[in-house]
Amino acid sequence: MISRRDLLKVAGAAAAGAATAGAERAALPAGAAPAAHPESLHEQSSPRRPLEALTADEADLLTAIVARLIPSDPSGPGAVEAGAVTYIDRSLAGPLSSSREAYRRGLAALERYATLSRGQPFRELSPTDQDSLLIDVETGGATASGAGFDGSSAAFFAMLKAHTWQGTFGDPYYGGNQGFVGWAMLGYPGVRTAVTPDDQRLGARPVPLRRSAYDTDLFNKA
Amino acid sequence: MAQTLKGADVVIIGLGAAGGIACLPLAEAGLEVVGLEAGTWLTRRDFAPDEIRNNVRDWPQAVQKANHEVPTHRANASAPTTRAASHPMMNGVGGTTLHYWAQSWRLNPWDFKVVSETTRRYGRARIPAESTVEDWPFGYEELEPYYDKVEWETGVSGKAGNLKGELDLRGNVFEGPRQREYPMPPLRGTGFTDLMAAAARGLGWRPFPGPAQINSRTFQDRSPCMYHGYCNRGGCHVDAKNGTNVTTIPRAQKTGRFRVVTRAHVTTIDVDARGRVSGVRYVTDGQEFVQPARVVLLGAYVYENVRLLLLSKSKAFPDGLSNNHGQVGRHYLSHATGASVTALFPFDLNTWYGLPAQGVAVDDWADDNFDHAGLDFIGGGNLWIYSDRRPIQAANMNTFGRAPGWGAQWKAFIRQSADRANTAYLQKTTLPYEANYLDLDPEVRDPLGFPVLRITADYRDNERRIAAFIQDKMEAWYRAAGAIDIVRGPLGTMGPNTHAYGGTRMGDNPETNVVDRWGFSHEVPNLGILGGSVMGTSGAHNPTLTLQALAWRTADHLVRSWKSIAE
Repeated sequence: MISRRDLLKVAGAAAAGAATAGAERAALPAGAAPAAHPESLHEQSSPRRPLEALTADEADLLTAIVARLIPSDPSGPGAVEAGAVTYIDRSLAGPLSSSREAYRRGLAALERYATLSRGQPFRELSPTDQDSLLIDVETGGATASGAGFDGSSAAFFAMLKAHTWQGTFGDPYYGGNQGFVGWAMLGYPGVRTAVTPDDQRLGARPVPLRRSAYDTDLFNKA
Repeated sequence: MAQTLKGADVVIIGLGAAGGIACLPLAEAGLEVVGLEAGTWLTRRDFAPDEIRNNVRDWPQAVQKANHEVPTHRANASAPTTRAASHPMMNGVGGTTLHYWAQSWRLNPWDFKVVSETTRRYGRARIPAESTVEDWPFGYEELEPYYDKVEWETGVSGKAGNLKGELDLRGNVFEGPRQREYPMPPLRGTGFTDLMAAAARGLGWRPFPGPAQINSRTFQDRSPCMYHGYCNRGGCHVDAKNGTNVTTIPRAQKTGRFRVVTRAHVTTIDVDARGRVSGVRYVTDGQEFVQPARVVLLGAYVYENVRLLLLSKSKAFPDGLSNNHGQVGRHYLSHATGASVTALFPFDLNTWYGLPAQGVAVDDWADDNFDHAGLDFIGGGNLWIYSDRRPIQAANMNTFGRAPGWGAQWKAFIRQSADRANTAYLQKTTLPYEANYLDLDPEVRDPLGFPVLRITADYRDNERRIAAFIQDKMEAWYRAAGAIDIVRGPLGTMGPNTHAYGGTRMGDNPETNVVDRWGFSHEVPNLGILGGSVMGTSGAHNPTLTLQALAWRTADHLVRSWKSIAE
C-alpha cells in the first residue's frame, strides 16, 4: 500500500523531473520515460510546487485517486507521475475555474463516503478498497449515501476522469503529461509539423518526438 | 445613440463559408461591399497542434459570440428543453472554414429531385407522409458551373469519377457529370485507408478518395497539406486548408472595394417604409452602428440567419423579416451523422497522423445509388474512413468490453490497443418534417438580452432505418478488412449540429419557401440569404461546397440583376 507520505514524494519528484532539461527527454524512446516506481523516488523527493487552486489536503486526496485511475505499475508510470494533479490544479485556477466548487464539494463528499462506507479515510484504504469505492462513485452508487455529492456521484467521477485523462495525455504545456509519460503509454509518436508518406505506412514506427506544440516559436501560446 | 455610417452597395452579414465566397464576385463586379464579421482575423500562429486547445476547450478564440447564443433543443413541442454547453460553430474571418474538416462534396443529382425521382421510381407513397420535402427549384446541372467555380477558385483536391459522362472507377462513379477534373489530385492515401479501399473492392463496392478543400500540392502559392494530425477543429499552420480567410476574402479585399469589419455583432436588419431592407444594425464594444446598404446578404450560420430574421420585426413584418408567410424556421433539419460504427483491429493502424479529409469513401449505399424497391426507406449514407487520432481521444477509446474504463487492466488494454480502433463517419439522408422547426426560445436570452434560438426536432423512422442499414454495411466493410470487434453508437438527438439545413428554404412557391430560386427573399426583394439555411435536402454529404456554390450563384445573380434588385 502506498502511504500518503509516499504519494506526496512522488508528486514532488514528478514535478522536479519535469523541470529537467528537455534535450535528453526528446531523445528518449517511447516507453522509456523517466521515474516509474514510488520506491525508486524516495531519495529524489523535493517539495511539491505551490498549488494554485486546490488546498494541500485536496491535492493529496486527488493524487491518491488518480493513482488508482491510471496506476504506476511495472509497465510504466501513471497519472501521478504525469502530473495530472498539477494539470487539474492549474486549470482550476484558470480555464476550468467554473469547476472549482465541484471539486471542493466532490472531493469532500468522496472523503465522507470513504468514512461512511469503509470506515476510514480514502488514503488509508487498501488499493482494492480504494478501487471498490471508486466503482461506487463511478456508477452513481455513492449518490444516495448521504455523503453530500451534488447530483449523481457519477457526474463527479466523469469530470474527474476526463480531467485526469487531459492531464495525462494532453500537451505538457498545461502542466500534465510530464516526461511525456502519457504519450509513451499510448505509443503516440509525438507532435510533428510535417508528416511524410512513410510515417503513415502500416507498420511504420516514426521516431517518437517528445516536445510540446509550444516548444517551437511557430505558435502563439494558448 | 447609434452612429450611422456611409452607405454601401451591399452589406454581407457573416464572413464564413458562404459570405466569404459571395464577397468576391460582388467586389470584382465593381460593387462597394462591406462585410460584417463578429469575430476577428486569426493567423497560422494561432493554429497550434494542441488537442487541449482545439478539441477539449473548443478552440478558444478572441470572440465568443456564438458560444453565448447556443440554441436550446427539445425533441418535440412537449419534450423537455435542454441547452448544450458550446456552439458547434465559431466566430472569425473565414468562420468555420478555419477549423472544419474541409470535405468538399457536390450533392448527388438525386438530392435535388427527391420527390419526383422517388415518385417516378417507387411511387409517391414512399415519401414519408409527415415530410415537407420538395424538389429543389432546379437540378444538379444548374449548380454544376458554380461547383466548378468554387472548386477551382478556392482549391479542391479530388478525383473525378464522372467526367462529362465518362466514368472512372478511381473517382466517385455515382457523382453527377462534371465538366472538368479537380484542380488538384486527391490527398494521398495511408496504409490503413489503402487497406480499407482494397477490402471495399473485395466486396464489389467502388471506393474512392474523397474531395477536400485542402491542397494536395502547392496551389495559388499556398503550401500543400502537412498531414500533421491537428486539422480536426484546428486551423491550418501552413494555410493549406482553403478557407475563405485565405482564398476569396483576401482576393476581394485586393479589389479595393471590399471592407472587412471585425468584431461587428449584428443585432437586427432595418426595414424602410416601403418594406425593403435599408441596412444592418450592429454593436462593437457597446457602441451601436447602422450600416446602410442597398442590398443586404444574410450569410451567418443557419441558426443565426433564422434568429436575425425573427428578431428583425417591423410594421411591414410583424412576425420577423420575410416571415409574413410563416416559413422562417420551417423545414429545418440537421444531418444524421450519429449511429456510429467503431471497429477494433488485431494490429496497429498507424492513424496517429493525417486529417479527417484524408480517407476513402464508399457511395454505393448513398442517395438512390441502389435499388430501394424492397426496402422501407428512401435515401442512404456515405461511408467515410479517415486517418485521424489524437492522444486524449485515443485514451478515451471504447474498450469493447475487454477492459474496464480505468485502472491497471485499462492501462494494459490501452498500451496495446490505443492505435487499433477506427470510427467511420457516416452521413445519412435526413428529411424535413412538419414538426421539426426553429423559433425563438421563450426564456433563454443572450448577453444583450435577445432570445436565443430554439430547435424543435427529432429523427423519424426513415432516418432510423437508414441508420441501421448503413451500420450493417459499415460493419461488413470493417470485417472484410480484418476487424475483430465492432461497437455501434446511437443515432442521437437533433441538437445543435455542424450540418444544419433549412429555416429559410429555397423554392419557387412563396407559401412554402422563404427565398426564390436565386436566394432572394420572396417578400423582401433586396434581401438575399446565403448558407445551409436555403437548402431543402441534406443528401449524404457535407454541405459546405454546395452552400458555397449557391452563394456564388446568388452573388452572380445580384450582379446581373443589380438594377431590378437594388433600385
